[in-house]
Amino acid sequence: MGEQHVVWLYAVTRRLDVARFPATTGVAREPVRIVEAADLMAVVGSVGAGEFGEDALRRNLEDLAWLEATARAHDAVVDIVNHFGPTVPLRLATVYHDDDSVRASLVAHRGEFDTALRRVTGRTEWGVKGYADPDSIANHSVEEQVGDVGEGTAYLLRRRARLSALQAAESEAAAKAHRIHEALSRIAVVAKRQPVPHAELLHKRAKIVLNGTYLVDNERADEFADTVRTLDDQHPGIELDLTGPWPPYSFAGVDQMSP
Amino acid sequence: MTSSRNSRAGLPQPLGNSGGHDSANLADILERVLDKGVVIAGDIQVNLLDIELLTVKLRLVIASLEAARQVGIDWWEHDPWLSGGSGKRELEQENQRLRQRLADLDRDALRELDEGPDDG
Repeated sequence: MGEQHVVWLYAVTRRLDVARFPATTGVAREPVRIVEAADLMAVVGSVGAGEFGEDALRRNLEDLAWLEATARAHDAVVDIVNHFGPTVPLRLATVYHDDDSVRASLVAHRGEFDTALRRVTGRTEWGVKGYADPDSIANHSVEEQVGDVGEGTAYLLRRRARLSALQAAESEAAAKAHRIHEALSRIAVVAKRQPVPHAELLHKRAKIVLNGTYLVDNERADEFADTVRTLDDQHPGIELDLTGPWPPYSFAGVDQMSP
Repeated sequence: MTSSRNSRAGLPQPLGNSGGHDSANLADILERVLDKGVVIAGDIQVNLLDIELLTVKLRLVIASLEAARQVGIDWWEHDPWLSGGSGKRELEQENQRLRQRLADLDRDALRELDEGPDDG
């Protein structure tokens, strides 16, 4: 009695030159293969139900080490597929009982996949995070604001000056982040600002003020990167971090019907 | 900036980060593969609520992972919720060891007190 298997779905694509597709292994180190239907190709792998079945999956998703390994493996396969042509990445843990179910799903979602594939063709996703250091900005302007007063009053004045300087620095950083996002949006086909992380979990010296993702035409990729560098120089107090190229995770979704 | 996938971070890391690049990638990868990507219903339904909760919790972690690692904060590696309970077990074991050690010290101290007059 062999182990039961389920089918893990990585990405959907079309016109993938199967002959050129390198031998690739997936989340269970299984060989990745193709399932075809409706002019679409699903990139899948057969994985053990003991690790990737319903109960196991739910349990394993809460194990950060397992999650990390699985996420990296999933992303690696999606990335390879993305090098061969337009790719719609599937969310982690999209699992079917067998190939027939995968085919049925391709047929059922054919229109949405077509739309998504058209949207991402010839385009690449880039990520830009902006880190602000409002604390150091705020420190500059505090000392000179305290005049000739008693010690206790001076303390309170300094404290108040510091708080308002901090506040001003934070809103200035937010305004800068907004301008940076606007500038990058003008180059991108689609741009999104993601939720920024919880402040209290961050070290206060590295507050993330921008968490943007951008779908950029491939011929403008260099221009985009140059612009990030320029904006980084133009905005002291904000550090920009560019990541990519990514498969179009953030822009292939069927809920995002922007042109 | 090349378009090589291997150079995902083209600009200098904030705060002069060194060696934390893999964790930055993990944060970025998790953010994308969990939260993004096309969502279609597979046969195996991991209760979406579970994933959403997970995502919420992870979002708190992920988003701060990068910055936090850079200043040496790594609590999530010991968070029992995130480390599958091993962190909690370790804490319990350490607690147990410390209690035992304390009991040993107490006993030694008492014995010294008892034996003190005998020596003299």
